Amino acid sequence: MTTTAPGTGRSPTRERPAPARRRKPLTLRRRESRAGLALVAPTLLVTIAVIGIPIVWTVVLAFQRVRLATLRKTGLFGEFTLDNVDRVLNTPGFADTLWTTLVYSVGSTVGSIALGLVAALVVRRPFRGRTLVRASMLLPYVAPVVAVTFVWQVMLDPQLGIVNDWGRRFLGWDAPVPFLSQESTALATVIAFEAWRYFPFAFLFLLARLQAVPGELEEAALVDGATPTQRFRHILLPQLLPVIALLGVLRFIMTFNKFDDVYLLTGGAAGTEVVSVRVYEFLTARTDIGAAAAQAVVLAVVLVVFVLIYLRFFGGRRVG
Amino acid sequence: MDRDRVETVSLRWLRRLVIAVFLLVTVFPFYYMLVLSLRPIERLLLDPGSLVVGLGELTVSTYTEVLKAADDGGQGFLTFMRNSGLVAVTATILTLVVAIPGAYAVSRLRFFGRRQVDFLFLAVYLFPSIVIAIPLFVVFTRAGLRGSLFGLVLVYISQTLPVSVYMLKNYFETIPVSLEESAAIDGAGRLGIIRRVSLPLAAPSIMAVALYDFMIAWNEFLFALLFLVDKPDRWTVSLGLAQLADGVEVPKTVLMAGSVVLTLPIVILFFAGERLLTEGLTSGAEKG
Repeated sequence: MTTTAPGTGRSPTRERPAPARRRKPLTLRRRESRAGLALVAPTLLVTIAVIGIPIVWTVVLAFQRVRLATLRKTGLFGEFTLDNVDRVLNTPGFADTLWTTLVYSVGSTVGSIALGLVAALVVRRPFRGRTLVRASMLLPYVAPVVAVTFVWQVMLDPQLGIVNDWGRRFLGWDAPVPFLSQESTALATVIAFEAWRYFPFAFLFLLARLQAVPGELEEAALVDGATPTQRFRHILLPQLLPVIALLGVLRFIMTFNKFDDVYLLTGGAAGTEVVSVRVYEFLTARTDIGAAAAQAVVLAVVLVVFVLIYLRFFGGRRVG
Repeated sequence: MDRDRVETVSLRWLRRLVIAVFLLVTVFPFYYMLVLSLRPIERLLLDPGSLVVGLGELTVSTYTEVLKAADDGGQGFLTFMRNSGLVAVTATILTLVVAIPGAYAVSRLRFFGRRQVDFLFLAVYLFPSIVIAIPLFVVFTRAGLRGSLFGLVLVYISQTLPVSVYMLKNYFETIPVSLEESAAIDGAGRLGIIRRVSLPLAAPSIMAVALYDFMIAWNEFLFALLFLVDKPDRWTVSLGLAQLADGVEVPKTVLMAGSVVLTLPIVILFFAGERLLTEGLTSGAEKG
């Protein structure tokens, strides 16, 4: 779809030779470079000021003793200490939180991509009402997180939720199941919610890729007598694998960093405390900024390690 | 029947079934939200399994309670909607003002560090927003920006900027350079070219990006929670709703009415611009 014309991405004036008659005026090449920098400067400025500097600063804070009360007195380069990191690593529950985050991220990533793949396969060919079906499937993704978490909470509510009512009426449950507040079901429910909310993301990308698979490939397989499942296994799946690998990284990173969903669904109770919720607790409930920063840095480091491992194992495939 | 025939027929039925299930699963929670918001709480407690609003049951008192100003005993959601709207529109406009020249430069001009820009944007995603939140919390507290809507706008711009630049860049790259060259020959300067040639051609893409930015800003929760929580008159709808849920004994039906108020603008916008958005987000993804 995006076949670019040859020469795209170059400046319209690039090929012309630079004027060499006078000494002073800038060459076109340099003028282009200046224009480029000038145009991109606001973007860079905002990104660096609101994201770049804060990231660096978090690392600095992680090694300082800072509390909300002493905030006004602390300089950027106060005394450095390893206390925070020490406290974070030795506070009970740290390993549990990390493990929960990992299970939550992997489960949600796999779930959302699997659902997205099935969804993309079924709406691939045109049928009546396809546009509407496609748009409806995107709803969980575009709707505000606060609203959808509340609907899930109410649906799963032991007293007035429809799931427990129907479960007891039609499925013969003896007692209502408190899905979000008991250890045995809470994490699984949160993962199910994530898969539901984020499968549209995978769906969009996989559908776009499916529609770009050349028709001749499948026709050739058809002529050779390949059945539908064989065609999926040997024609479509290889075409989709690079996108699936990319989605795997993206979804993993995004879920690993996620705060809203868990915080709003369970508040981190019943064995669903992920690292970002813990950082928030340090920051607000204990007003311990240093420990919160240390916790956040640990989170980022762990994430980078996981992504590197992932790229090492799957990175090679993406080249093809 | 041979294997091919069996598979083809059974998959055809399976496919219809799966589409129906997906449709049900994605739409049902929203339908449920709407139904609950229209039923009185007493009726809900009596019959939690009902999926229709019974005759004579219908009530809009939940909505009046949610929307009425706090002084009149309501929850003041009209104010929250104004705040959210203000923040989202401002953030959207400012993001576009910053992102359009940036995307143009990245797609068309050669300058020092052009390649690093892509990398920078990727790096942004690797860091949790909670990491960025801590220093911003500190800086905003010091600068007196915490509790102001402007601080929030600034954060939202930075959050939507990478994806906006990426989407616009992809689109600018599909515009033939020859069009710009002819404008250059006609004597247009760089800014003239952007304004008269590139912008009009990229209008659909810009609309898609605007839609995306608006949605992100309207839906955002974490930063609103961190920065505005002690200023109830500046709450956004998302934050107001979350605080409402924490409050004492607010009926679930009222909560659902609030959820509808929060969701409806986004759903309307989304269905109006669905095609633009899906194509804009994934353009370039086909290349794999």
